Amino acid sequence: MTIPAFAVEGLGHRFGQRQVLRGVSFSINPGEFTVLLGLNGAGKTTLFSLATRLYAQGEGAIRVFGMDIQRQPLRCLQQMGAVFQQPTLDLDLSLEQNLYYHCALHGISRRDAARRIAVEVERVGLSDRRRDKARQLSGGQRRRVEIARALLHRPQLLLLDEPTVGLDISSRQFLLDHVRQLCREEGLAALWATHLIDEAGDGARVIVLHRGEVRADGATGAILGATRAPSLRAAFETLVQERAAA
Amino acid sequence: MRPIHYLRCLIGVSLREWLRFLNQRGRFFSALVRPLVWLAIFATGFQFVLGVSIIPPYDTYIPYSIYIAPGLIAMILMFNGMLSSLSMVYDREMGSMRVLMVSPLPRWFLLTAKLFAGVIVSVVQAYSFLAIALFWEIEPPWYGYIAVLPALILSGLMLGALGLLLSSAIRQLENFASVMNFVIFPMFFASSALYPLWHVKEASLLLYRICLANPFTHAVELIRFALYGQVEPVSAAVLVAATIIFLALAVYGYDPAKGLMARRTAE
Repeated sequence: MTIPAFAVEGLGHRFGQRQVLRGVSFSINPGEFTVLLGLNGAGKTTLFSLATRLYAQGEGAIRVFGMDIQRQPLRCLQQMGAVFQQPTLDLDLSLEQNLYYHCALHGISRRDAARRIAVEVERVGLSDRRRDKARQLSGGQRRRVEIARALLHRPQLLLLDEPTVGLDISSRQFLLDHVRQLCREEGLAALWATHLIDEAGDGARVIVLHRGEVRADGATGAILGATRAPSLRAAFETLVQERAAA
Repeated sequence: MRPIHYLRCLIGVSLREWLRFLNQRGRFFSALVRPLVWLAIFATGFQFVLGVSIIPPYDTYIPYSIYIAPGLIAMILMFNGMLSSLSMVYDREMGSMRVLMVSPLPRWFLLTAKLFAGVIVSVVQAYSFLAIALFWEIEPPWYGYIAVLPALILSGLMLGALGLLLSSAIRQLENFASVMNFVIFPMFFASSALYPLWHVKEASLLLYRICLANPFTHAVELIRFALYGQVEPVSAAVLVAATIIFLALAVYGYDPAKGLMARRTAE
């Protein structure tokens, strides 16, 4: 049996009286590209913050390749690359300096870091901008750098929280294609959180999160079948309305 | 993770702090100008107002400018420690702290590395001040420049740890102004930085006791004695204890499960 790259079991979280996640359960296998689809405020970022240990976990469990994040947080973080919703590059440092900093935080030697940075920067097509300050890069280029950075320590799981917010269509497509290719060719598991329905694409596995609960989980076709909707957009609206009516 | 990984992390965090410092030249100059203004204007103006009797480590009457020099060095360390913590609050608001926090190294180590990185910058600034202070005839013996290094590091660690603790407690960047009012100024004025403690004791016993309890006083005194090749053991002990307490509380504050971060997310 394959050990899931990422598994969430009965995850709950509350901010004071407000329950923002309730009984969330799903798992992602190695090589799988999964879209976590939800409106703003659905609980996506909270889920990511729990998975990256920025918030303390209360109810339920999060496992990375079978390891409980509460019991083995550091080993879990080693396996995980994260791209956050908020931009996290140091704008006063160059592209390369930002990446060296990340490598240092993961204990990677300078020589090894140089090799890895060259590979990842090449893959996102920014080799000629290596010495430019992050401030001089466009929004799409900064996001590319953040994805390159998340891969430097060679994680097997990539968590991306709304990585395309504020980007133009071609930048969005580049990022989507790049991450899908990583899943296909390198067996990386990716959880791609978004509120943009068209990022789910054809045949992708989609988890619909609404008001902190999983409303649907499956391939696009299966979700269309279950909701008898003509499109994913219509299916999503049905699922969201069902919850509102409930 | 082996010790070499920890070392690489420490070097990387220090390098980043240094690069940020080089990129912010204004920060360097303002960090130097502030104590120089005190030295050039305040010390000159008060030269004949405040009498400084012969007190250890000095073995003769000294000009007031020489008396306040250690306090101004400690001021550099304090402002740098607070600026470092300010950058932590900024990083948290801007999101870049997440990069630090998702490192697979333990959080206590990441915070300690950040603290050391800030101290390196502080020490460079303190020596720059000492170099410029030569123009005001502040010339400790040559060995004082070497002996003061551990005092600068220990004082920088204590003040940086205090900054870290404050950064874990401050929710927003805007709240940082209150740190100036409620931490920096009281710590600076209720210390031996500007006036000898026996002066304070004559004026107010309560204030004297507050000054004695203030770890900043001990940073100033440790630096003052070290500049003349002497050790002030009580001050050193107070600084070690204060550093450990402040750092432990900061680590607690940054622990997602226990500290202030947890409470913050619950609000």
